[in-house]
Amino acid sequence: MAYDKFTVLKSTAVPLPIENVDTDQIIPARFLKATKREGFGDNLFRDWRYNGDDTPKADFVLNNPIYSGKILVGGKNFGSGSSREHAAWAIYDYGFRCVVSSFFADIFKNNSMNIGILPVQVSDAFLHKIFSAIEADPNAELEVNLPEQTITILATGESESFDINGYKKHNLVNGFDDIDYLQAMREEIVAFAQKSRY
Amino acid sequence: MSSKPTTLFDKVWDAHVVRDIQDGPDVFLIDRHFIHEVTSPVAFLGLKNRNVSVMFPERTFATADHNTPTINQHLPVQDPLSANQLKALEENTAKHGISHWGLGNPKNGIVHVVGPENGITLPGMTIVCGDSHTSTHGAFGCIAFGIGTSEVEMVLASQCIMQPKPKKMRINVNGEMHKGVTAKDVVLYVISKLTAAGATGYFVEYAGSVFESMSMEGRMTVCNMSIEMGARGGMIAPDETTFNYIKGREKAPTGQAWDDALVYWKTLKTDEGASFDIEYNYDGAEIEPMITYGTNPGMGMGITALIPSAEDIDAGKASFAKSLQYMGFHEKEPMLGKKIDYVFIGSCTNGRIEDFRAFASIVKGRKKADNVTAWVVPGSHVVEAQIREEGIYDILIEAGFELRQPGCSACLAMNDDKIPAGKYAVSTSNRNFEGRQGPGARTLLASPLVAAAAAVTGQVTDPRTLIA
Repeated sequence: MAYDKFTVLKSTAVPLPIENVDTDQIIPARFLKATKREGFGDNLFRDWRYNGDDTPKADFVLNNPIYSGKILVGGKNFGSGSSREHAAWAIYDYGFRCVVSSFFADIFKNNSMNIGILPVQVSDAFLHKIFSAIEADPNAELEVNLPEQTITILATGESESFDINGYKKHNLVNGFDDIDYLQAMREEIVAFAQKSRY
Repeated sequence: MSSKPTTLFDKVWDAHVVRDIQDGPDVFLIDRHFIHEVTSPVAFLGLKNRNVSVMFPERTFATADHNTPTINQHLPVQDPLSANQLKALEENTAKHGISHWGLGNPKNGIVHVVGPENGITLPGMTIVCGDSHTSTHGAFGCIAFGIGTSEVEMVLASQCIMQPKPKKMRINVNGEMHKGVTAKDVVLYVISKLTAAGATGYFVEYAGSVFESMSMEGRMTVCNMSIEMGARGGMIAPDETTFNYIKGREKAPTGQAWDDALVYWKTLKTDEGASFDIEYNYDGAEIEPMITYGTNPGMGMGITALIPSAEDIDAGKASFAKSLQYMGFHEKEPMLGKKIDYVFIGSCTNGRIEDFRAFASIVKGRKKADNVTAWVVPGSHVVEAQIREEGIYDILIEAGFELRQPGCSACLAMNDDKIPAGKYAVSTSNRNFEGRQGPGARTLLASPLVAAAAAVTGQVTDPRTLIA
């Protein structure tokens, strides 16, 4: 049992309508020097969020008080680049529990689910609708229902279903992680590994 | 033996599935696990919290590379946070009985350079590391890919990870390549065609005469950058070039074990008629030396071309404009002749001996341009020794360059090797993301030949004009 259970999340959302947000932007390499998983949220989107002298950049969305919430909505190909799980840790530590995009990079998607963040992949058209809804009203709420695999814009009632494999869904809903599962099949793994070529 | 034609990828993947979870990922056995100081400490902390030991310590190998200094490695590491991570790696590996090539060890170097160099990487293996450029090892016919820290913990605890089987892509490049065109140009060309997300969800096999005629160093450069088009990894079928590279390396099999291995390795190829989910074909003769103009590796172009305009690009116009603004470039202008400030040759992409030979071939008899700061960083101590033995060191010094000590260095700028804000760097590394090489740094990705041409002229220069 490694993280909070994820069932239904109703929240306002923070819009980041930029494509190809890579993990170097989410957390620059110079902030990867910790040996514990603490405090990464402070440096989330560090170089987009702060000037060189550490003053906040007024035009960046995380510095705009009208936007808040537990859902981050990003442009296409979110989380590309480096495999650093620190990117997912920073998003989680900042307070997000769900990231919505029309396309995710593979490693980021795995990393997110492994720590209890739900990546929700929607169509380009639905992503556009979400951005429009937030633009019209920054207090617009989204409802992400993992058991039902749906995401809904509550103001308009528009909804779309999303994919997730049954195993990962079960893990997230119950707060289980992969190591729990792997530990339970330890003997089977040892037997297989001892017969393997390498 | 099954008569159904099978891909190389399927042969290796299927041999490693411990359990196929219904409506879920495969429980996938990992043969070799590489770890380094940055993405492993929290994984070891997780083991400690769960009170779990490492299942097969002899299948994991550690090296320090990401945040290590590239000068004065004999002195204590100045940055306390980096020093702390290096100490954690040393302590964690000692506690769990894992081989560790730390700073100062003659085998130390970048993880994806030292693995193959020491014969740890062998055909048909599954290899992971908490580093996205683990795809490098695919050059040997391995399924190799980067993982996150939770997965590092999984591999330590169980020698397995949970992995959904990716789709299969084959990229064929045939035809005669022109002089001055290298493996780096081939892969930058492919990424520019497919975009930075074009292979997401796929595992790539590279096939065709261009890859068959490449050295192992070149193949590693190509497989290394598979992740830059979003692919899980990329692989090339092993052949005589592969076997000759491996033979005699420290951890390579010997005697009867070598003969047996060779029989197996020769089966590691895609059968005639095996099918892929998608396939692309390119002509090697179409490729010229490449350079990137934007802020993701898909934003590359032939060095004599003009920067495209937003209209020519499928991707979002706003993101394209943001990218050019960051770089200080404009649509439809040439890259040739642009003044540059820094040159970086090194990294897991281009930090092997062949890369320094290429760099030296242009630098020889010329001088480093006065406006250029150059960082020449070997991928390992073994590469460094080769540079000295082959006389490349003397060529570099004669031309006004210095040779630094091995490490990831300015590729990700975790150590002091940072490009200052606003400055332009021609870099042989793998990523041109905003701030990748230091806050505000502007990166132009290119081959060692293009880097050398820039280093001696102080501007973006077609290396073909400098090759005899």
